[in-house]
Amino acid sequence: MFIPISNNDPRPLYEQIFEGIKNKILTGELAPGDALPSIRQLAQDLKTSVITTKRAYFELEQQKLIVTRPGKGSFVADYDADKIASMQRAEIEQQMRKTITEAKKNGVLKKELEEMFRKILEEEY
Amino acid sequence: MGNILEVINLNKRFNSFALSDINITLPKGYIMGFIGANGAGKTTTIKLIMNMIRRDSGKINIFGKDNIKYEIPIKNKIGYVHEQPIFYDDLTVGWTGNFAGKFYSDWDDERFNELLEKFCIKKSQIVKQLSKGTKMKTALALALSHKPELLILDEPTSGLDPVIRDELLDILMEFIQNEEHGVFFSSHITSDIEKIADYITLINEGRIIFSEEKDKILNSWKLVKGDVRKIEEYKDDLMGIKISRTGFSGIVEDIESFKSRHDVSSLVIDKTTLDDILIHLTKKEN
Repeated sequence: MFIPISNNDPRPLYEQIFEGIKNKILTGELAPGDALPSIRQLAQDLKTSVITTKRAYFELEQQKLIVTRPGKGSFVADYDADKIASMQRAEIEQQMRKTITEAKKNGVLKKELEEMFRKILEEEY
Repeated sequence: MGNILEVINLNKRFNSFALSDINITLPKGYIMGFIGANGAGKTTTIKLIMNMIRRDSGKINIFGKDNIKYEIPIKNKIGYVHEQPIFYDDLTVGWTGNFAGKFYSDWDDERFNELLEKFCIKKSQIVKQLSKGTKMKTALALALSHKPELLILDEPTSGLDPVIRDELLDILMEFIQNEEHGVFFSSHITSDIEKIADYITLINEGRIIFSEEKDKILNSWKLVKGDVRKIEEYKDDLMGIKISRTGFSGIVEDIESFKSRHDVSSLVIDKTTLDDILIHLTKKEN
């Protein structure tokens, strides 16, 4: 399982691992019931500490994206599609918010932004 | 979950140097990096853990037992690698393995052969003809061949190239796949420890500065840099301030509360590395 982690990323390592796995679940690359590597195995593969991967798995459990069965390991949870869809939307919203904040900071007017958005939408969608 | 290593209020005084009130706790299943400048007391601490020198006071428990009272059964379960492994230089790796094996009740010849093969070392090689890196790997193979549960490594990576250091990290990660195992590993090459250690203990002039989860430190501590003319405003909230002709830098433990108390717009706030922490917290202010 390849998880992109980078030293130049300002986010803590556990968050990068958490996001990496979450992403694989949201995009369907990992399906419900799929086994995840053990915390220790993943730490070895990524050359991170055990505590770091443990924290990432803990966050995934908190969001009910994975379940851990004692003695058996961790698996992708039987999530419901609606929940995943709403999480994906929340993610997109967040990215939009970021773009808008950035635009505001650079003095781009609301109107300009709307135009830009429409233009890109036409090109891409 | 028990502790594999506990050092409690350990003291040792020499003529010109003293270890004072050393406290270290390493739970089973984890790796602790032990960092500090040269002469800070790393090797002395490790020698006390290994009962190679006598402590003045305090207690050391390994596998939950006193390290002096149960020295033999404890050492039977420890793999120890010294910075400069001592071998009989004119003899072969194979002979060295046979010799070392006699001291351990759980010596596993097959395991030793496996490890040598993995590290690309031949039994027929003469010790003095081995490179520094191969010598270290031989010492590791010896340390890993009697089914140890705790590895104690004193500066295993100093003087080794990045390729071999990386291999070593892999070996250590492999070792703690077993949750009953633990690694205590001193180094002044902090980048190695920064990758794989779960806990960091920093020692300076014979005293422990902190002993903490690595992620807690690296995720919350920040390195702050600014113009030297403005230092008065910040200096009370910075640890280990360093001042140059133009700028200052220091470590902040809790960046959010720092931001709430100061105007940070003219400051640079960076992720810290263990090197930054070592440099700032172990040197005296200029």
